Amino acid sequence: MAKIHVEASVNGEPVEFLCEPRASLLEVLRDELGLTGTKEGCATGECGACSVILDGRLVCSCLVLGVEMEGRSVQTIEGIASAERLHPLQQKFLEHAAVQCGICTPGLIVAAKALLDHNPDPSEEEVRFGLAGNLCRCTGYDKIVRAVLDAAAEMRGQT
Amino acid sequence: MEPFRYQAPQSLTEAIELLAGDGDPRPRALAGGTDLLVQLRAGSVSAGLLVDVKRIPDLTGVVLDGDGLRLGAAVSAAEIGEHRQLADSYPGLADAVGVIGSAQVQGRASVGGNLCNASPAADSVPALIALGAQCLIAGPSGSRTVPVESFVSGPGETALARGEILVELRLPRPPPRSADAYLRFTPRTEMDIAVVGAAVNLTLDSDGVCRAARVALGAVAPTAMAAPAAAQALVGTRIDEEALARAAAAASAACAPIDDKRGTAVFRRKLAGVLIRRAATTAAARAAQRG
Amino acid sequence: MSEPRYKWIGTRPIRPDGFDKVTGRASFGADLSLPGMLYGKVLRSPHAHARIRSIDVEPALATPGVKAVVTAADLPDLASEAVRGAETQTDFQDLSRNVLARDKVLYHGHAVAAVAATSRTIAERALQAIRVDYEVLPAVLDLDAALADDAPILHEDLRTKGVEGADQPTNLAARIEIGRGDVEKGFAEADVVVEREFTTRMVHQGYIEPHAVVAQSGEDGHSVVWCCTQGPFVVRAYCARILGLDPSQIRVIPSEIGGGFGGKGTIYQEPLAILLSRRTGRPVKMVMTREEVFRATGPTSGTRIRVKVGATAKGKLTAAAATAIYEAGAFKGSPILPGSMTMFAPYVLEHVRIEGFDVVLNKPKVAAYRAPGSAMAAFAAESALDELAIRLGMDPIDFRLANAAREGTEAPYGPRFGRIGFVETLEAAKRHPHYTAALGPDQGRGIACGFWFNVGLQSSAAVNLNEDGTAVVVSGCPDLSGTRITLAMMAAEELGIPIERVRAVVADTETIGYNDLSAGSRVTFATGMAVVEAARDVVRQLSARAAAIWEVDPQEVRWEEGRALPPEGAAGKPEPLGIAELARRAAQTGGPIVGQASLAARGAGPGFATHICDVSVDRETGRVSIERYTAFQDVGRAIHPGYVEGQIQGGVAQGIGWALGEEYLWNSSGAMENPGFLDYRMPVASDLPMIDAQLIEVPNPTHPYGVRGVGETPNVPPLAAVANAVHAATGRRFTDLPLSPPRVLEALDSEE
Repeated sequence: MAKIHVEASVNGEPVEFLCEPRASLLEVLRDELGLTGTKEGCATGECGACSVILDGRLVCSCLVLGVEMEGRSVQTIEGIASAERLHPLQQKFLEHAAVQCGICTPGLIVAAKALLDHNPDPSEEEVRFGLAGNLCRCTGYDKIVRAVLDAAAEMRGQT
Repeated sequence: MEPFRYQAPQSLTEAIELLAGDGDPRPRALAGGTDLLVQLRAGSVSAGLLVDVKRIPDLTGVVLDGDGLRLGAAVSAAEIGEHRQLADSYPGLADAVGVIGSAQVQGRASVGGNLCNASPAADSVPALIALGAQCLIAGPSGSRTVPVESFVSGPGETALARGEILVELRLPRPPPRSADAYLRFTPRTEMDIAVVGAAVNLTLDSDGVCRAARVALGAVAPTAMAAPAAAQALVGTRIDEEALARAAAAASAACAPIDDKRGTAVFRRKLAGVLIRRAATTAAARAAQRG
Repeated sequence: MSEPRYKWIGTRPIRPDGFDKVTGRASFGADLSLPGMLYGKVLRSPHAHARIRSIDVEPALATPGVKAVVTAADLPDLASEAVRGAETQTDFQDLSRNVLARDKVLYHGHAVAAVAATSRTIAERALQAIRVDYEVLPAVLDLDAALADDAPILHEDLRTKGVEGADQPTNLAARIEIGRGDVEKGFAEADVVVEREFTTRMVHQGYIEPHAVVAQSGEDGHSVVWCCTQGPFVVRAYCARILGLDPSQIRVIPSEIGGGFGGKGTIYQEPLAILLSRRTGRPVKMVMTREEVFRATGPTSGTRIRVKVGATAKGKLTAAAATAIYEAGAFKGSPILPGSMTMFAPYVLEHVRIEGFDVVLNKPKVAAYRAPGSAMAAFAAESALDELAIRLGMDPIDFRLANAAREGTEAPYGPRFGRIGFVETLEAAKRHPHYTAALGPDQGRGIACGFWFNVGLQSSAAVNLNEDGTAVVVSGCPDLSGTRITLAMMAAEELGIPIERVRAVVADTETIGYNDLSAGSRVTFATGMAVVEAARDVVRQLSARAAAIWEVDPQEVRWEEGRALPPEGAAGKPEPLGIAELARRAAQTGGPIVGQASLAARGAGPGFATHICDVSVDRETGRVSIERYTAFQDVGRAIHPGYVEGQIQGGVAQGIGWALGEEYLWNSSGAMENPGFLDYRMPVASDLPMIDAQLIEVPNPTHPYGVRGVGETPNVPPLAAVANAVHAATGRRFTDLPLSPPRVLEALDSEE
């Protein structure tokens, strides 16, 4: 099957790549662009490990085709921190020991960022429902939820 | 998965032409992809060409005015959830659309896709039936409109002929003192397919008596189904305990559920009644607050 | 008792390896790609039980892009030989036949052949070209079918171990018995006896990262393997055995690991990747799909356990007995032994007998899952004890206190406990506000306790001093849970330097001495011991260097807060020498300063826990919601409390999922119906409340810092804690898990 040429923006940088129509955005990110921070846990949109932000919307990259990216922009875990500093979410995940094995962490940080971008002052329940699409098997979610609430407070200038 | 070609037309005409094209396997419309891509990967569905409909203005608009709602088939669930007025006018539809999968799935999934995937457990369909939605279909021979309860003909089967595409959903403007509600049962709080879905749409008069009702159930039959007997049990009443009990019994009786990995028939039958009662209570409370 | 004052132990520094994890830089099993790499895929059996008449791989080999195809014929035919594993027992012959089926396929999804091709797509196409001729056999899909007189036999040469004169082919792989005393006498002395049968289903460890491996082989016959594993030395040893190689021909480099919980302490595709890379001369990458993880990697056993417990009217247990039957899956080796040993271990019992059975059937071979065998055993025991306490009219915690194991108590499996903290967890639970908090309608509170031995085993570690006085801790146990920072903290404490000046790395099988795997809750304990010893070795060397500089006896040099202190009366009254200064002068004073230690750790302290769980039950739908959960665990000493709490919270969450919704569903042909996260229902964030982890510290006297393993005990009480809470909320005793809504609703409706 002939590959299609796609021009898109990844983490604020213009990129171009070739991919077959059936290649997922997840495969493109990991195999074509070398951005392996986004993980595959299930390839069916049920674990959230592949979460990215596409044109401002949180999505599972395993459920997006690479070819659908034409003219679109995507933010991955690699684009969350600025050059020398961690995003408050990343910092709080570390401070709260919300990272154990770390496989779910990229997807969770991206999902949490999307949540806070839309709702800067979520309740605990809103955080839990907002992150329900991200499975974690190590932490029981407790410290993750605390880290997100703490980061949200800091980002609102309240700590 | 088997390879396919991909096109992203920017006009409805172009999309119809592509969908009507010869080809085996056949062309399929791609909206959010949250069902289709999973099925293509599993090999349970095949496509020779994916026609991406997300760049077609006719399918991506939301128009809410005095005539009601015209909802583009490819509008994402997230966008619907963010539309304040839509959620206020059709809270039950917003309930239903808002429980389809996770936040990630919401970012892509569409009502049109949910309808065209035609799962017996689709969340949006009972809500659309209860609201009396119409489906605007366009194809090589022109456009037509079908009521939503006729759109899905069986699990995975719709009324669309080759080359036809679902363009938008049309919902009438809710009369005064009307409101809808949708509830579903899932074992977990999120991420599950509905074991039972229940939608109720009510209109009350100024005395609080129900003048009109529509009730629909999901995941208890091969397709989502209207439950007129359950609706009838509510009309002429004040949605009191006795009326709710009769509606619940009628809903349970109307089901034709199966045993599967998500629930037993016995369980579904019982839950249908429980959820109709709860949804009717919510719809009535909402309706009572509206002028 | 006065608490020692520590600088770092008990604090919560940020783990240095965390920066890579929150930015996506950390490299997990599937993240490595090499030039010229091929992709490997496995052909899996569509039948739960069948004889393999023939396999024709020629059409696959003829497919353009396919570079190699292997079957069991390409592996040595191993004789039966027991493997010494961390927590479950296995046999190299069984392991080899699980990696690739020989003669028979024994479960749906069993690996039959493997291909290496230039793309994943071509590899998948090649699988479809392989022709396997199966003679389908009747499948054995539950314990009754497996034990029936006319049961189809999975292994013709399997004889029941532990039964005299067992000489017939059977599916009963083993019978074990634990206990002492005379239970009949004990029950005769009881005023109240409870006897119940409990059943649980197969569940999966549920790690989010699928198994992944890249293998590359050289012309010298040496292979390098990158994989996510709990035990690189295990991968090396097992692959060498399976492939007929020497361990020195295989180097295993562990990647970061995205969850293991016991399930990544064995091998699946690793020997296949090595073999394919040796055949093709190219690197081969093999990554499982989620479906493959469910169909073909070890779950833990479904079980049937009949329990009988008796007590006097005053609440003293007089006897406990159980008959436990565990599913081993397709090959022998369920965790029946640890399950039986732990079942009544929290209690003082003169008369106790547990009879256990290990049964093979046509399901995937089970693997270790956090405190293997124990959660199910505790479900049965703690549910029965709950019922006993209620019938006695006793508070459930008081009942357990009246019978609690203490230092000196003889465990049901023999040894006497040393210093343990079970009573402390019970007392802490009783004092805690959760225990007396008000409950609403349709809500209930359940108590349950649990025990896990924890293990020691072998570890090697090094502490390397850098020229600037910073240090690197090198060890060989993959970090599942925050052990790198924990080991660094212990080294920092010993060296007396800031934690920021210590880094910890996980080495591979050629860059560190032998380490047993990260399992059995052993890393902070055993590897920690080795790190402490290695750090003390560094301190001895530093002290000796200072002594040489000062021309004093090394025995008289004290090391405090990162400095060598000269003895009183040393000539010239020298200033103390700091670690950085000594490190700077190392080349002139004798050379590099490296501390090393290797040991077989003894004295692993057992972990006990008491859990309190509040649930609410929706009586119309059968849905159970967890409202509040508090876990009290004796953790010995929490080196980094944040990661200890995290282990407890994660284990509780797994237990809640097991209790409420996780189970393998099977169709009538023995294929799993829910091999994905949609219908294998693990808890999501909105399903759980905050989980309060209360760390009770009763130091383990055998470890320099009092460490006990913590990672597995949390998984043991939750099944019973949830079930006991549901009983309190509904008045119904549930003996079958999971408590899915249809089951709960059916029970609630059944007596109305």
